[in-house]
Amino acid sequence: MSDSEHVPDAGFDEWLAAAEDGEGYYLECANGHGSLPPRRVCPDCGSTDLEEVDLPETGEIQTYTVTHVPTPAFEEDAPYATAVVDFGPVRLTGQVVDVDLEDVETGMRVALEITVSETTGERVIGLRRA
Amino acid sequence: MKDVRVAGTGLTPFGNTPERTSRDLFAEASIAAFEDSGVPRDDVEAVLYGNFMGELAEHQGHQGPLMAEAAGVQAPATRYESACASSGTAVREAVKRIRNGENDVLLVGGAERMTNLGTAGATEALAIAADDLWEVRAGVTFPGAYALMAQAYFDEFGGEREDLAHIAVKNHANALNNEKAQYQSAIEVSDVLEAPPVSEPLGLYDACPISDGASALVLTSETYADEHDLEAPVAITGTGQGGDRMALHDREHLARSPAAREAGEEAYADAGVDAGDVDFAEVHDCFTIAEVLALEALDLEPIGEGISAARDGRTTADGETPINLSGGLKAKGHPVGATGASQIAEVTDLLAGEHPNSDHVEGATTGVAHNAGGTVASATVHVLEVNR
Repeated sequence: MSDSEHVPDAGFDEWLAAAEDGEGYYLECANGHGSLPPRRVCPDCGSTDLEEVDLPETGEIQTYTVTHVPTPAFEEDAPYATAVVDFGPVRLTGQVVDVDLEDVETGMRVALEITVSETTGERVIGLRRA
Repeated sequence: MKDVRVAGTGLTPFGNTPERTSRDLFAEASIAAFEDSGVPRDDVEAVLYGNFMGELAEHQGHQGPLMAEAAGVQAPATRYESACASSGTAVREAVKRIRNGENDVLLVGGAERMTNLGTAGATEALAIAADDLWEVRAGVTFPGAYALMAQAYFDEFGGEREDLAHIAVKNHANALNNEKAQYQSAIEVSDVLEAPPVSEPLGLYDACPISDGASALVLTSETYADEHDLEAPVAITGTGQGGDRMALHDREHLARSPAAREAGEEAYADAGVDAGDVDFAEVHDCFTIAEVLALEALDLEPIGEGISAARDGRTTADGETPINLSGGLKAKGHPVGATGASQIAEVTDLLAGEHPNSDHVEGATTGVAHNAGGTVASATVHVLEVNR
């Protein structure tokens, strides 16, 4: 990662910055399908008419896991909870923050909150109990 | 029966041999496959080779020609990469080429060197089969992704860790006689339940090991097999492939594998069989929950009932439909790029009566191999039948 460390990923890093400012969004196509950036084409219908729409404030945990054996990028973070959250038009995967690991459960309502990896200091999609 | 014959199979032992290069592993597997087939190397028209993490594990891209060279074959060679379904896709491509008359003799297989990366390095390398931006950067590991599916399955259909443990116990038991398997040791349900957690609800014994190894197949047209009087009674009669969205969170179902269903339906239709005709199968059990999802996707178990198949004995060696008689990925090992072709080798040997576990499927005519990539964003299914 040495040389590429400071090169942003177009679409994704802008999204992270927006989410950090509490302005998370998703992409909506002309036919109403939701998806996540970076994207030029709706993966559901092929529409190229994509518009940024505000992400709903909260979503619901659909499934979760507590990871004890991480990749090196999360060595200092483990154990941590990861969840797939349904925000309605889109689903997101993120780390559940500030909740005891044993309290994480399916059905819990959470809001987006960008956090950082304790291991690398990189931004990570976080989810806080709503 | 359609006309692609498995003339020879070759496998290295799967296991922990960090010092062995993948070219050395593939050379060994291919030597075995050529010896088994009686086909001369000169007749091979192309090499189709599966590999996933060669760049990360041994700083080696462009592995196709390297592996042809290692196998002593002078022919065009291509690497197929589809994560853990890499050599399954290579086999599928080979089947299509022989069927359409483009080739009569092909060397197909795969290899992976993984243990030299260590656990953390291999975990990182495997994770890139997921979406880097939206999954890996959120801390999703490969076991983590399957754990998300396992929890979703428990929530939707019920079941518990103990049900999954029976799958691990079964597959270890099946590997006891398989001298190529990484683990030839019996385990108990309590061993699985008491193992350290990897990504809850999955523990160490719910996961396949990190493995080194290679597989090779010599595939020929029926015409070539007949003209050269080959002893090749087993044919690949059906092939199918399915695809799905890359990130788990973008799938319609978190506890099902539509890509494997699509692949299975296509392969069954291609062979002219249905799930009821399947005598046994090798399925992609990288984690215990993966075997459940595979059985349901292949219609070998109704949706929501695959979880109890091992516990209730339906898929054990002496059950109605034995699953993973080789030991599966769980006990035989999972050198990622080698796995798909190795499953074809196991099904072939089982049907031909040349496998240590052939007694369990005496009289069987139809076997299936199911190979999955990532969290099943890719899947291939092959139907094999034997001429008796």
